[in-house]
Amino acid sequence: MSEAEIPLLSLILFTPLVGAAVLLFVNKHSEDTIRWIANAFAMLGFLVSVPLWFVYDTQNPGWQLVERHAWIPSIGAEYFLGVDGFSVLLILLATMIGVIAMLSSWTAVTVRVKEYYIFLLMLQTGMIGAFVSLDFLLFFLFWEVMLVPMYFLIGIWGSDNRLYSAIKFFLFTLVGSVVMLLGILAVYFYNESVTGIYTFDITQFHELNMPFDYQWWVFLAFFLGFAVKVPMFPFHTWLPDAHTDAPTAGSVILAAVLLKMGTYGFIRFSLPILPEATQYFVPMIVLLSIIGIIYGALVAMAQRDWKRLVAYSSVSHMGMVMLGLFALTPVGITGSIVQQLNHGITTGALFLIVGIVYERRHTREISEYGGLSKVMPVYATIFLIMTMSSIGLPTLNGFIGEVLILQGVFVVNKLWAGVAAVGIVLGAAYMLRLYQQTMFGDVTNPKNEKLPDLSLREFCTFVPLLILAVWIGLYPKPFLDRLETSVDHVMVRVNSEYTPRLASVNGQTGDGENEPETSSFSPVRGGAR
Amino acid sequence: MPAGFTAADFYYILPEIVLMVGALTVLVVDLIFKKRDDLTLPVTLVTLAATTGLLATFIGVDTTASRGLLAIDGFATFFKFMFLVTAFVTVLMSPSYLKVEGVRSGEYYFLILCATLGMMFMASGVELITLFIGLETMAVSFYILTGFLKPNQRSNEASLKYYLLGAFSTGVLLYGMSLLYAVSGSTNLAEISSSLEGLQSSGLVSLALILVVAGMAFKIAAVPFHMWAPDVYEGAPTPVTAFLSVGSKAAAFAMLLRVFVEGLPALINDWQVMFSWLAVLTMTVGNISAITQSNTKRMLAYSSIAHSGYVLLGIVAGTSRGWTAAMVYLGVYIFMQLGAFAIVTMLRRHDVVGDELKDLSGLYFRSPLAAIAMLVFMLSLGGIPPTAGFMGKFWIFSAVMDQGFVTLAIVGVVNSAISLFYYIRVVVFMWIKEEVSGSEISLGPAMATAIVITLVASILFGIYPQPLFEHAQAAAATLGATASVSVLP
Repeated sequence: MSEAEIPLLSLILFTPLVGAAVLLFVNKHSEDTIRWIANAFAMLGFLVSVPLWFVYDTQNPGWQLVERHAWIPSIGAEYFLGVDGFSVLLILLATMIGVIAMLSSWTAVTVRVKEYYIFLLMLQTGMIGAFVSLDFLLFFLFWEVMLVPMYFLIGIWGSDNRLYSAIKFFLFTLVGSVVMLLGILAVYFYNESVTGIYTFDITQFHELNMPFDYQWWVFLAFFLGFAVKVPMFPFHTWLPDAHTDAPTAGSVILAAVLLKMGTYGFIRFSLPILPEATQYFVPMIVLLSIIGIIYGALVAMAQRDWKRLVAYSSVSHMGMVMLGLFALTPVGITGSIVQQLNHGITTGALFLIVGIVYERRHTREISEYGGLSKVMPVYATIFLIMTMSSIGLPTLNGFIGEVLILQGVFVVNKLWAGVAAVGIVLGAAYMLRLYQQTMFGDVTNPKNEKLPDLSLREFCTFVPLLILAVWIGLYPKPFLDRLETSVDHVMVRVNSEYTPRLASVNGQTGDGENEPETSSFSPVRGGAR
Repeated sequence: MPAGFTAADFYYILPEIVLMVGALTVLVVDLIFKKRDDLTLPVTLVTLAATTGLLATFIGVDTTASRGLLAIDGFATFFKFMFLVTAFVTVLMSPSYLKVEGVRSGEYYFLILCATLGMMFMASGVELITLFIGLETMAVSFYILTGFLKPNQRSNEASLKYYLLGAFSTGVLLYGMSLLYAVSGSTNLAEISSSLEGLQSSGLVSLALILVVAGMAFKIAAVPFHMWAPDVYEGAPTPVTAFLSVGSKAAAFAMLLRVFVEGLPALINDWQVMFSWLAVLTMTVGNISAITQSNTKRMLAYSSIAHSGYVLLGIVAGTSRGWTAAMVYLGVYIFMQLGAFAIVTMLRRHDVVGDELKDLSGLYFRSPLAAIAMLVFMLSLGGIPPTAGFMGKFWIFSAVMDQGFVTLAIVGVVNSAISLFYYIRVVVFMWIKEEVSGSEISLGPAMATAIVITLVASILFGIYPQPLFEHAQAAAATLGATASVSVLP
């Protein structure tokens, strides 16, 4: 483990929170000042996170930028932060989406502006915290911290059914996570019974070999917490409601980052801590994922509400992510992670796209629109690119993720891969139909005739997403490189015969090749098998 | 035998003596300065502060005093601190309320101090009669305090109900205690413990146990002995409700832990089963009943019943971790519950009773600080991090999981999820609903201090709970430990 010299992760973690604290002292009537400050802090949060991309050493399989301090010695909980390649990418996604979400709210939110930005910034800290915590209790703390700001974002600034959707989101997630807490406690006590030390150290938990029946039910406890968040069929019912009623920025963050918490949980906790139970539950999860893929796509086809359609497409896409993950092959897991990023980029953009017309027209009915490409050409072009990205057109990001997932799944089971491919075809069907109905044809609705095209600010919210979509589509190597050791780490745990690609991951097979510059790679990982 | 008392005995109950003298001073001051009603408050606060300061010198002391009647150990000191803090905050939230209700404050503060005195003996007593006297001192004070709003019918009704049911339950408890004496030949907990050790379980022992459990269950408002709580909580003056739902509950738990852990460890298998059923019923009934309430005080009453259930889980665990859990839970519960009641008290104005949920509507727009505070209290009561309530729940569930009581833990966490449903409703009223009419809300300095103390504690113990955990662990370690050495020479 390499210790951090400057506490970079803490900086990234607390910048948004400092922003929220600063906003507390600003007069609630000076709304533009509040907007500027909030955007500045979101941008600052992104800027301090950028070094992660460069500082992260892809050759070092250990946890990096580690910060470790005592927090609650009585129960062995620590302030323990660290990242691997996977969390680096998710943190960057979170900070970037944070900037976009702030920027997209400039004119959309006009009531109770101050609280709005405070909640957004608090949410930001919660999300980043969950990605950087290497202490399970600390992770849980941040995991739960996200609930309240999101609840308010939906409940106060949402549309029609906002209170119902907000409480549904809250209670679904809460039930999942309190059961997960019991799972965490079970691992905590098991670890104590083996090592005699009370700790929530995740790196230590990654070394545990719990008996199967114990793993079995801990897996179910974790599963409930993470599956609700992903969301997997049949725990997905909160998602369409929450998405539809959330304000645009809320939807974007929910889709792009919050859903990743679930898959992050599976990769960080379920797989490495509970490898045998993971293998045992593969059929169940694959089945649920496949149902999710097909069901999500079919329901999306039937939607008349633009935003609901995108929400159901999320269910379908996250099913794909889960399928790739539980193929338990290195390619499948890599594809799954890449697809998580893609989903963040693409679906985030799609929600922004809905948000822009909603702000102009205050309706999400697809039938209200038509022929928008004539009135808003720039908007239509961006929508086209994102549609193509969503359905997996080569040269765009979606393609890379889907190919990797299919490849990873194919070697395990051809039938699964076949069904997943059907899901992709269905995805093309509903997305292209949506595009055709809203963008092509003549402007039939007179209200649409004078719609202004994107403003500079709105255009700016799309720029980073477009760049990433093309970047990952054409040259995904920098991303894949960063994932290599993370995926190996998981693979070594779930498959005892797996030989990691980097020699130093498994201390025994080290032949000097690819030896990292810093010799301080984690001894913890050497013991993992 | 007064001759048997030494100077040391008086030394060890010095905090209690100061508290008693202070209480009497309040009465005298009230009597002398008939025309002024603003002198008793400072006297009360100074008394409580002095008592707390004296108590601080007993941290780390672990001994028995008064010929084995009282234990001066970490456990007692921990609870006494809780009572004093509770009383302090309660007193701070009282003056504005009493003014609106037009009640003279002297006797009121006197009774609060008397109740606190009773509680302190309940935490210290290691002998049944002493515990009983402490309990009655507290209970009688509360009977009067509940009915303190003389012209108010609800207050009178609450007082009468509480008195009748309280007297009945006290009788049950006393009967149980007398049977314990009959079985063991002693009222000293340590002696009871050792004489029960080798004893075959008999009908008499079981009856004694059942009666003691029932009597105690009434005091902590565990289901099915909870019927009095909602009516009494609703009818009593709001600060008294706060004091009742926090102080009296914590004191009853102190006594319960003392009696069962030090006096009846031999019967642990029996009382574990009883308490686990009580806990499940208490949590579930409490939470489900709270959902349908439209009166904030009633809702908080049911929620407080549910919280008794969580604390009982810690006792069911039957380990030192369990006692720690119960103490940590009570340690955070006092702040969040007092805080919630402080907000309700604050809403009482000359033209608004303020105890309906709809009275909270739009609170955020009127008083952002109060709304933020109430948000924290509600999240804390619901156990959402990073508030103190989560740390309490964490201990409770970890104690239960440690012993492998997975089903109980699941019932517990599902209950805590259910509870969020009604806590969030309060938040919706405050933050999302429109404002309602009614005169301005004014925060007096005393009330503001009460809210700030509870708010800071509710957040601080959620982010950095280490000091609380340390003290609770040290205190729990002394529970049961003193009993074995405290037998009379």
